[in-house]
Amino acid sequence: MNSFVLGILQQSLIFSIAVMGIYITNRILKLADLSADGSFTLGASVSALLISKGINPFLSLIFSMLAGALAGMVTGILNVKLKIQSILASILVMVGLYSINLRVMKGMANFPIFNYDNIFTDRNTLLVAFIIVAICGLFFTLFFRTKFGYLLKGIGDNENMITSLGINTGTIRIFALSLSNSFIALSGGVLAQYQGFSDINMGTGTMIMGLASIIIGFNLVKHIKITNSSICCIVGTLLYRTSIALSLRIGFNPSDLKLISSIIVLIALTIGNSKEILIPKRKFKSLARFGEGFREVGSKNA
Amino acid sequence: MLRLKNICKTFNKGKINEQKVFDNFSLSIDEGDFISVIGSNGAGKSTLLNIISGKVEVDAGTIELKGEDVTDQKEYEKCKRISRIFQDPALGTNPSMTIYENLSIAKNKGKRFGLSFLIDKKDEDLFKGTLKVLGLGLEDKLHTPVSQLSGGQRQSLALMMAVMGNPELLLLDEHTAQLDPKTSEIVMDITENVVKERGLTTIMVTHNIEYAIRYGNRLIMLHRGEKVLDISGEEKKNITKEKLLSLFKDISDRTLFA
Repeated sequence: MNSFVLGILQQSLIFSIAVMGIYITNRILKLADLSADGSFTLGASVSALLISKGINPFLSLIFSMLAGALAGMVTGILNVKLKIQSILASILVMVGLYSINLRVMKGMANFPIFNYDNIFTDRNTLLVAFIIVAICGLFFTLFFRTKFGYLLKGIGDNENMITSLGINTGTIRIFALSLSNSFIALSGGVLAQYQGFSDINMGTGTMIMGLASIIIGFNLVKHIKITNSSICCIVGTLLYRTSIALSLRIGFNPSDLKLISSIIVLIALTIGNSKEILIPKRKFKSLARFGEGFREVGSKNA
Repeated sequence: MLRLKNICKTFNKGKINEQKVFDNFSLSIDEGDFISVIGSNGAGKSTLLNIISGKVEVDAGTIELKGEDVTDQKEYEKCKRISRIFQDPALGTNPSMTIYENLSIAKNKGKRFGLSFLIDKKDEDLFKGTLKVLGLGLEDKLHTPVSQLSGGQRQSLALMMAVMGNPELLLLDEHTAQLDPKTSEIVMDITENVVKERGLTTIMVTHNIEYAIRYGNRLIMLHRGEKVLDISGEEKKNITKEKLLSLFKDISDRTLFA
């Protein structure tokens, strides 16, 4: 396989873990969690620091996840207990994490770990990345089939209903944010080991990247009948990373990347909004199937 | 069974739009009562239900449920024993989930929401039986997302879900107000059957005077946070729409000229 394609595949797999995390807050809880940008770097710097201290690289990833979970928990507590809007709460955490991440990396903006063994050393990079993603995807899929997983889905869907079951939705929200951010931090940790360093700016745009991948994944992929959300996340990330890599190939500068990713999100969003223009027949066929009496309700949801 | 003692509630206290809804309001409900509550806008009907279900905290007074003081319990704690159907059919169900998933969640009310799988194929017969009672054909749509159901179907489903956990008290908050006349008849019939069959203690707030007369064994009319009418038994059976309307008009006039 040529190194260009291989690189895309490897990076896509690594990033797709973060996308699954973002999916939890964005699509399931339906709230904007910008702390993703901070917790991605947090996961990377925690893993890098621990590796530099001689700790097992796999074990360091567990600590990355714990750190991420803690960051998510803070966002959750700000949101639920102190009643700060989720977007504001997560921005506060993201900004705060910038300083924390610098402290974790001993004040260095770039923390190299080239000289230490990592999870990819002497192993097939693609295979290692694939195994980690497979484990995450399996957990993700199975988790959302459990009773607890359904509570998370229910809260995003209709919080009222879950409260009426006698469940404290606040606690579940905090947990979901922790879970989401531990996925994101894990992704950051794996990426730091993959590229051999942790960088203070590596998390910038994680949220947007995740959003783009999710939108691409779900708006384009669902029409080829893939129902598994984690696979949608992975395929979406792959398509997103490919478009980024191709735009670099065409001759854009790496410094143009943030603008390009914004534009890709914009395009994906526009396509998402105008799906009845792009794929009219299928949509209306499926509506018609529900037949008379449902037409009103159906068109409202279309 | 449910006892509200000297409830006081004022919204926006100390502000220009201060609104005193209840001042020393008391209400006592017996086990198995089906109470219909009517009253003009702003009479405090919805606030009453909000206070009982814990959505709104009281300024003063106590709420007792089966002898236990539940005044300071949070909404979700009270919800373990009280079920509520809202006016908006969208509020009682999870729209993006299928009927099967919704019923499975409702069935698990009061139990642990742990890491075991929610969907149990063995429940299919139970759910089909539950839905057959409604006579809406929902038993053949078990795997349809609830968002594709009509308002009446959703409200009926929400009702079945609410009673599945065998609540001690059922609150109906104008639950037929957003439905067309024919559908609301159906939903009301279903409501009565379910309530009778399970012997549920029920409080129904309604704008429909006919329903208030036809259903339930006790009728309460609220006006500006006070009970202006509280009849039950024979007296309730003999009341007519005309009598109620004239009484209604009487009270409105009185306050108008007071």
